Amino acid sequence: MTTAVAGAHEVHDDHGPEKGYRRWLFATNHKDIGTMYLVFSLSMFFIGGTMALVIRSELAIPGLQFVHPEFFNSMTTLHALIMVFGAVMPAFVGLANWMIPLQIGAPDMALPRMNNWSFWILPVAFSMLLSTLFLPGGAPASGWTMYPPLVLQTGDAFPFLIFSIHLMGLSSIMGAINIIVTIINMRAPHMTLIKMPMFVWTWLITAYLLIAVMPVLAGAVTMLLTDQFFGTSFFLAAGGGDPVMFQHIFWFFGHPEVYIMILPAFGIVSEIIPTFSRKPLFGHDSMVYAAASIAFLSFIVWAHHMFTVGMPLSGQMFFMFATMLIAIPTGVKIFNWIATMWRGAMTFETPMLFSLAFVFLFTIGGFSGLMLAIVPADIQYHDTYFVVAHFHYVLVPGSVFAIMAAAYYWLPKWTGHMYNERLAKLHFWLSTIFVNLTFFPMHFLGLAGMPRRIPDYATQFADFNTMASIGAAGFGLSQLIFVYILLTRKKGPRTTAEVWENPQGLEWTVPSPAPHHTFEVPPHVGSKDGFE
Amino acid sequence: MIRKSLLCLPGLFWAGQADADWAMNMPRGVTELSAETYGLHMMVLWVCVAIGILVFGVMIFSLIKHRKSAGAVAATFSHSTTAEIIWTVVPIIILLVMVIPAAETMIKMEDARDPDISIVITGYQWKWHYKYQDEGIDFYSSLARTSLEARSKGADVDPYDVDNYLLEVDNPLVVPKGAKVRLLITSSDVIHAWWVIDLAIKKDAVPGIVNETWFRADQTGTFRGQCAELCGKDHGYMPIVVEVVEEDAYQTWVASHH
Repeated sequence: MTTAVAGAHEVHDDHGPEKGYRRWLFATNHKDIGTMYLVFSLSMFFIGGTMALVIRSELAIPGLQFVHPEFFNSMTTLHALIMVFGAVMPAFVGLANWMIPLQIGAPDMALPRMNNWSFWILPVAFSMLLSTLFLPGGAPASGWTMYPPLVLQTGDAFPFLIFSIHLMGLSSIMGAINIIVTIINMRAPHMTLIKMPMFVWTWLITAYLLIAVMPVLAGAVTMLLTDQFFGTSFFLAAGGGDPVMFQHIFWFFGHPEVYIMILPAFGIVSEIIPTFSRKPLFGHDSMVYAAASIAFLSFIVWAHHMFTVGMPLSGQMFFMFATMLIAIPTGVKIFNWIATMWRGAMTFETPMLFSLAFVFLFTIGGFSGLMLAIVPADIQYHDTYFVVAHFHYVLVPGSVFAIMAAAYYWLPKWTGHMYNERLAKLHFWLSTIFVNLTFFPMHFLGLAGMPRRIPDYATQFADFNTMASIGAAGFGLSQLIFVYILLTRKKGPRTTAEVWENPQGLEWTVPSPAPHHTFEVPPHVGSKDGFE
Repeated sequence: MIRKSLLCLPGLFWAGQADADWAMNMPRGVTELSAETYGLHMMVLWVCVAIGILVFGVMIFSLIKHRKSAGAVAATFSHSTTAEIIWTVVPIIILLVMVIPAAETMIKMEDARDPDISIVITGYQWKWHYKYQDEGIDFYSSLARTSLEARSKGADVDPYDVDNYLLEVDNPLVVPKGAKVRLLITSSDVIHAWWVIDLAIKKDAVPGIVNETWFRADQTGTFRGQCAELCGKDHGYMPIVVEVVEEDAYQTWVASHH
């Protein structure tokens, strides 16, 4: 096993965290920055969630009760941007900040000051985005996909939208650089790349995806900006441009973005299932290759978001075949998780429950993804609630459940106390029931012909919409239990360094709570460490 | 209403022939290609159900049998090359089986040659314009007045009292049964999408680009759809109605428009 050398404070003058606001504003410690990312992400999750509840309230029954159509469109737009860039991505970066140094035996992230900057850009970016709610012409209402020419009809909010996206991209790129540099340079001796824990592996791959595609998004929105203000016609047919070109560029970013939001989730689940199955991860190396294959394929499937724009037949064929290929590495991952559980000795603490729900419900999202790959069927599904059901299944019980699982799994390590397990299980069960009540009926709505992004609908869609709205309210309220658990995090009994029963990985060799500085001397990694 | 929904949930996989006001599955539609599309949809759905039963079955068995509280002792294995080869190769075969019929249907969908009627469809914020190329007929098609009265915030009219709320237009598109109708779809402002589920047609209307598609309806009737691409504040209020009529009724309709 590993020799614990954490908390070796006697070897030099201890300098604990600074006091007051300076600790956070000038933070360079990976744990503090990780905490800030996670708290920021949770607040954005509630702001974006409130917008989702505005949407679901309006859609609860036919007719227009609460908001005007333009504001409804602003809600769908901001909900998506906030959840994608403000909730899910920062949550994963926060977990990476906290856990990657602990998992690879590094004293901190490689670039602590850039780390500070990449976090503090985010509150600025999202304040700018949310300020558009109060501008003449209202907040952006063209969908988070920002398709021109519609997005060019945005009012005064338009440049704010573009610049806030630039800032989010800047933050993501800096975070990604930091993660890559840390993983490549700061691993403990003898931790070869292939021995790295799956969470570190999936984040390494994700970070490369981020660096590859965030500049593409920045380019696309900059072209929108110059089309609007500087007389260019990249996407304007009247000036010889092509509106469809924006969609190609956007989805060249957008599809890898989908995997940016799921690969770290794969990593988390691959950490948790072995711990609670008391059995090593099945096929660690094939998990790495599968994640890398998914990342590669994510660059050659973008136009499956665009089967109705009028592509040549050969293009449609290529993107259908390439899309279906993704099912193979994804299947390998799911089979490996089940093989990890097989003949294990499982217990069902909250992190495991969320991970199991992840495997079930992400697979359902995978099935609808496979259905969406079949082009003739996709032509019917496209831009309906079937698609809404699909991507919410992979993002909510997918990414968000994995984040919840990670929070419960590592919270005792962060705080030194066991969280309230009874409430956490209640949080899990309510979330799981309501998430299905919200999103499962949306499959039927889409198949029966309800388009997405409409504020009102024909009466035959009423029943399933009412169900979805009840589910959304329940899901939203259930998340308050999570907040309560976090606020009372120090009420529970103290935990040991290991927290769980014989978990694998370097993070369990440091005390709980993890001291402000860990691994000032690199730990020794034996040949049996890691999830081999 | 809700009780009805809950009762119908177990009926998900038998819902193929659900009636019009209680739909939970894709309709079979009224063209050869819409029926093929429905067939592909059902095929991949059943494949997913079968895989799901298998995978979830194994998982649930393991969750019951391999729990510590049931006295399970963890094994130590962490790979099996045979198993990994099987669960890589079998999915490839399943994908190939699904992709071939899909490709055949796609080829047919692209073949818009030799149409009997050509109609240019132009999307506007927020209505459609139809122009019959050879017949010299053209008109706008907007949301019907009955729905307009009920759609606004705090309207006095209950949507349930409106026939085909949000799915009725003033001037429907009229086409003859059995004719090959070619649609040339474009837009004058932002991107829209022309979608009628029973015809299995959804095609984006993009400014500066003319997209081509076609259908041949095998049944008479009124078929409804909506704009499927977000196009601004009234995106939800630009429905599509296609009336498929017998040839002589179509000729009468054409004559009445001259």
